[in-house]
Amino acid sequence: MTALSISNLQKTYANGVVALKGIDLTVEQGDFFALLGPNGAGKSTAIGIICSLVNKSRGRIEVFGHDLDSDPAAVKQCIGLVPQEFNFNQFEPLEEIVANQAGYYGVERKEAFRRAEVCLRQLDLWDKRREMARELSGGMKRRLMIARALAHQPKLLILDEPTAGVDVEIRHAMWDLLREINRQGTTIILTTHYLEEAERLCRHIGIINHGEIIECTSLSGLLNRLSAENFELNLRERLVDFPDQSIDGFALHQLDDCTLEVEVAKGQSINSLFTTLSERGIEVMGMRSAQNRLEQLFMDIVSSSRRESAE
Amino acid sequence: MKQASLNRIAFQTIYIKEVLRFMRIWVQTVVPPGVTTALYFIIFGNLIGERIGEMEGYSYVEFIVPGLILMSVITSSYSNVVSSFYFSKFGHHIEELLVSPVPNWIILAGYICGGVTRGVVVGVVVTLVSLFFADVSIHSYLLTLLVFVLTSVLFALAGFINAVYANSFDDISIVPTFVLTPLTYLGGIFYSIQLLPEFWQNLSLANPVLYMVNAFRYGILGVSDINLGVAFAIILLFIVVLASFSLSLLQRGVGIKS
Repeated sequence: MTALSISNLQKTYANGVVALKGIDLTVEQGDFFALLGPNGAGKSTAIGIICSLVNKSRGRIEVFGHDLDSDPAAVKQCIGLVPQEFNFNQFEPLEEIVANQAGYYGVERKEAFRRAEVCLRQLDLWDKRREMARELSGGMKRRLMIARALAHQPKLLILDEPTAGVDVEIRHAMWDLLREINRQGTTIILTTHYLEEAERLCRHIGIINHGEIIECTSLSGLLNRLSAENFELNLRERLVDFPDQSIDGFALHQLDDCTLEVEVAKGQSINSLFTTLSERGIEVMGMRSAQNRLEQLFMDIVSSSRRESAE
Repeated sequence: MKQASLNRIAFQTIYIKEVLRFMRIWVQTVVPPGVTTALYFIIFGNLIGERIGEMEGYSYVEFIVPGLILMSVITSSYSNVVSSFYFSKFGHHIEELLVSPVPNWIILAGYICGGVTRGVVVGVVVTLVSLFFADVSIHSYLLTLLVFVLTSVLFALAGFINAVYANSFDDISIVPTFVLTPLTYLGGIFYSIQLLPEFWQNLSLANPVLYMVNAFRYGILGVSDINLGVAFAIILLFIVVLASFSLSLLQRGVGIKS
């Protein structure tokens, strides 16, 4: 079943800014979908329209078969939103914020508080349940927004940059939680500027730029398009005056005394390079990808889209 | 889930949230009207009032009791909704409701009933305070309660509209200061319009607060400058117009959606 279907979605703001130029997008049930794009590309506008926070100019949106125009209540019942900005009442206790949200979706008060407990425990905020939201740290506030979005058990969870400003440990914990939520059957749409996050979590990716979807495919399909990948090799001993050169068909470039960068073409085996380097007395202690693969592709796709727009 | 059940629970949730909001800060929301009214009674009722003598068969302090109670109700109902709804816009937590399946009329009803409840709580406090200064007996409980609630609904709706259009904290204090307070003070709280010259009497009739104060005064004291039927017609007309306008604002997303 299709979780989200968008066709010809357009948005022109009152000041004349065209945020969406007629996008089409489909997200299947159970998917973990990343909606990526540079700042101002139209991601938040699209999410705002799906969640009824922004009025659309034209187009059609269906969520689990319910049309947003003819049955907005059914659409809203399916969606849980974690917005980019903190949008809870800072002067309310956490427990009430989460329970009230469940109440807005028709969950009886007693059950709403029970769900609030489950969600707050899941997000490790139960101990803070009676504290006012303003007293939380930034990371806790982000987690509170996720707990609130989960209170009515949505079938589609939309997260707009949920890990912005969150420390590494919490970010990894949130990734685990999101994977688990997705594994339990909730469809997730994620926007993020951390492309590593999208690469680790998502199965499908849509890239939006200047109000248009310029790419929509599976993550694996996208990564397959990489013609080459750069790796950094950490060396045991210092290397002096190592000119850029090609060894066994690999282009090598010295980054510093103990690091070499190597470009590996798609389908090329790297084993022979290690053998040759070893023969030359260069011992490799470790290697890592020089750039996040998705980041590399994202930059290429967005740049190419910009060039096309300019032409 | 049936829509009726969702509506009931959502309304209950918004209402409880609204009541808890003003009860959490009761020192700011409930106590001040009691203190202000006590001062009015001391100054206008006892110190100055004794020199004024009787008005429409009642001592001056008794005459101003209904008006002072209603003034507190008007101010509290209005300020509760205007500040709560504007603050929810300002802090973006109105989005919690906009993304949910709660119909607009339930959102409006929740906020209005929250405002009315504050009006009732403050009204009770002010009434209790007035008992220390005047011997008040109610002429018609039903009429008093009806005017009390309808006036509260009317001004809660007015506060809602103010909050929808407000873009800053200044905007939520301009209307109460420059419109609501003059209308209330000139609405016959402290005097009978029979005391005014004809021109000012006629001009006073254009003030909607005059009808509410007099209807309320009739409920408590049994005296009024205004025909009760006209007063109720005006109050109900205002409620219908303001409620319809508020709903259309919510429907169009004015001030809350881009």
